[in-house]
Amino acid sequence: MQYLFSVIHDEIELATAEEAAAIDVFNERIQTEGYWVFAGGLTAPDAATVVDNRRDQALVTDGPFLESKEYLAGFWIIEAPDLDVALALAGDASKACNRKVEVRAFR
Amino acid sequence: MQPQGRGAGVPLNDALSAIGRAHREEWARVVASLARRFGDLDIAEESSAEAFAIAVERWPVDGVPPNPGAWLTMTAGRRAIDRLRRESKRENKHREAGLVIDADPHEPLGAIDDDRLRLIFTCAHPALAMEARVALTLRMVGGLSAGEIARAFLVTESTLGQRITRAKAKIRAAGIPYRVPAAHDLPARVSGVLAVLFLVFNEGYLATGRESDPMRPALTAEAIRLTRLVRVLLPDDGEVAGLLALMLLTEARAPGRISASGELVPLQEQDRGAWHPALITEGHSLVRERLASGVAPGRYQLLAAINAVHTSARDFRDTDWSQVLALYDQLVRLDPSPVVALNRAIAVAELDGPEVALAELEDLEPALAGYHPFHASRAELLRRLHRSSDAAVAYQRAIDLAGNTAEVAHLTRRRRQLRPA
Repeated sequence: MQYLFSVIHDEIELATAEEAAAIDVFNERIQTEGYWVFAGGLTAPDAATVVDNRRDQALVTDGPFLESKEYLAGFWIIEAPDLDVALALAGDASKACNRKVEVRAFR
Repeated sequence: MQPQGRGAGVPLNDALSAIGRAHREEWARVVASLARRFGDLDIAEESSAEAFAIAVERWPVDGVPPNPGAWLTMTAGRRAIDRLRRESKRENKHREAGLVIDADPHEPLGAIDDDRLRLIFTCAHPALAMEARVALTLRMVGGLSAGEIARAFLVTESTLGQRITRAKAKIRAAGIPYRVPAAHDLPARVSGVLAVLFLVFNEGYLATGRESDPMRPALTAEAIRLTRLVRVLLPDDGEVAGLLALMLLTEARAPGRISASGELVPLQEQDRGAWHPALITEGHSLVRERLASGVAPGRYQLLAAINAVHTSARDFRDTDWSQVLALYDQLVRLDPSPVVALNRAIAVAELDGPEVALAELEDLEPALAGYHPFHASRAELLRRLHRSSDAAVAYQRAIDLAGNTAEVAHLTRRRRQLRPA
């Protein structure tokens, strides 16, 4: 199964050099172990742009879709046989990036 | 004259009692083996329930099969296959999204490879909310009906049904495995299972709701039965033995615990002659077994040992309080929570007097302000220090916060009996 690890954070600061280094170590490990599918860190939410083309014309707005205290700072997509394996990896991921991680399975 | 019974027919009562026995002894095994075979808890639960319903029809006519468990598993398996044939779409769906059907081969399961254990670990998985774990464990492992569980936890049957349905859906969607956890996860996961069983026990031993009977022996009995099952499956786990001992030594005191007028009777006033000697003997022997193991005890083993001290004393005044305090000191090191500190302070009061204990309680006030046992204990200490008006306020606070009717009745009497200062 594939799982999305969403990195949830409530401050605008990006990862420190130490956190970034720990994330690199974790990424290398899960690549070696075969869990890695994809991962990435995101820019701050105030640099987001929302596009809504559900009607006739695409409406472009500056800023995040939702003004919320917590936002998505980055994510991993991993391949794991079950939730127990995913949760163990998410624990290591949370430690590496020093932020909360939400785990959801892809359908 | 009655006509002779034909075929293998047996008296209805014998057949029904055989079904009742099979339900107690075989339900979890039937559900667990189907869950593994078909990779789906829904199918396992529904087909197992159908198999028992068929037994109610067939056994009085055909006789009780020589191996009821095998008969039920086979019948349930056939029903499951029929169901899957009828709903072949669903079969595809469950193959796509279903549970991991077989254990990961890289994890040796050894002596604890039992389907029932997989079922227990799945139902008590930490990714499920506690109330869902409780409901699912009682339904899937305990075999209680949704109605029985709903009544026990004072929710409607439809709420309870939704809770179970949602939990099963999460198990499927999130990929919660049907597997005994790996060795390095085992202690944490066992402790999650024990937390579920202890919650069920406590809800039976001292119901939290005002709408409920103060004690529900059916729930404590079910918790003990399931803990015994976990002990059979994990015989070397000290905390499993500890929790079983704790439950037995607590349950042993149930006969003296509610007065004829429906009041909770505190330990010092209980008729120790009414306590259940067989449960005490079994509990003590488990505690001794754990002591002899020489392995450092966990939380439940320490709580069981404290209860062993209480149940060893012929009289409240004979209680070995220094032993109780030494055990609480150990417990505080494992679990530095304010509730443990409160219980330790109660032992301190017996050894060093109420004044010392009251000073310890004052430090706990911020953390335990909403916890009625804190105010009840504080009221008792204030009473012993002849601070009647302070005690009355503390009793009232405890009464306002307590839900259990027998406890409220007891606290109300204690407050009424305060002597004016």
